[in-house]
Amino acid sequence: MVEKEITIKNKTGLHARPAAILVQKANEYSSDIFLEKDEDRINAKSIMGVMMLAAAEGCTIKIIASGDDEQEAVEHISKLLESDIDNEVKS
Amino acid sequence: MGRTEKVKGITIEKLLELTHEEDVLPLRIVTGESTLHKEISTYDINRPGLALAGDYDYFDYERIQVFGRGEYHYLMKIVKKNTLVSIKKFFQYPITCCIFSNGNEPPDVFTVMAVKACVPILVSTLPTNTLSTRLTKILEDAFAPKTSIHGVLVEVFGVGILIIGKSGVGKSECALELIERGHRLVADDVVDIRPISDTFLIGSGAKLIRHHMEIRGLGIININHIFGVGAIRDKKQIQLVTGLEEWDAKKEYDRLGLEESVYTILGVEVPLLTIPVKPGRNIPILIETAAMNFRLHKLGYDTVNEFNKKLMKRIEEEKKDNGGNGS
Repeated sequence: MVEKEITIKNKTGLHARPAAILVQKANEYSSDIFLEKDEDRINAKSIMGVMMLAAAEGCTIKIIASGDDEQEAVEHISKLLESDIDNEVKS
Repeated sequence: MGRTEKVKGITIEKLLELTHEEDVLPLRIVTGESTLHKEISTYDINRPGLALAGDYDYFDYERIQVFGRGEYHYLMKIVKKNTLVSIKKFFQYPITCCIFSNGNEPPDVFTVMAVKACVPILVSTLPTNTLSTRLTKILEDAFAPKTSIHGVLVEVFGVGILIIGKSGVGKSECALELIERGHRLVADDVVDIRPISDTFLIGSGAKLIRHHMEIRGLGIININHIFGVGAIRDKKQIQLVTGLEEWDAKKEYDRLGLEESVYTILGVEVPLLTIPVKPGRNIPILIETAAMNFRLHKLGYDTVNEFNKKLMKRIEEEKKDNGGNGS
């Protein structure tokens, strides 16, 4: 199991569009991936779950993955969450 | 699966919110708006009669102090006599909050002291015994441990069924068809679960995403708006778990219904059915049938055993016939 704590950098937070991108990314891995914010823990492959977190800019989120490609999954997802997802989409 | 956590404290604000939501316990705050963040740490309540009479040996100051008719009358009496020593002593303890029943308004002296001691005072119109039972029930539920599970909770023929399975196996699509067939959605994707007793689990949806579903190809849909209020429910007991999984040719699936598997959530065991998914298998109908079979079982009819009894009887008869022919 791999864990990593990151801070959301996206200005508008994890609203619908970034959430969809994140979920898409998470679904590329076979590992079980979870996101944890405060007391909520959700499956990163579920879009409703990710949106339920209503994570704003500056929020701390813990990424937890377990499975064959856990290392890669955490690495790529944390990179995505710490990037400016909205801009990344446009470019 | 989600994480279990124990609730440590419930703020007065949260209590007011809960009582308002449940709509069974009218509560009004008289004083202490600034103390709404104070935390209740136990669901027990205390009647402070003895304390007011001056006996503080076993005073449970951490509990919610409920002033019933007796306490109220005694309070009024000592206020009238102006013997305020025991009230002063009462507020020397770190009291969480006081509730007056029967709609009784606390005397001004008491309120002033409460404000000074930062103790919120609430008033309820209910009689004391009703107030205590309902208050304990609400707090007990709020203090129960909570977990959340990735799955869909639906009510099918009155049976609460939690559908679990890997992402993309078709949980939401299955639930959608069940809703279309007249059943109800409780929660999609994130199901919050609390145990009410050792055998009773309650599932509900997270507030923000309640009654919404995400269907691949369609996006996010609002079940309430599309199918109407008849298609939704806020919470439901989880009576059956169905695990959907990709059909695995090498795996043995239960052919008879004799095996009794269970799925354990927060220490509560719920019957588990594992349903293999493959094209051509209509999962919603399977789940509907499972729900009806579950009800039949509850009514005391055990299909597989009843069937086996018939079979055994037939075998016995065959044996007798064969024995007759042989001699």
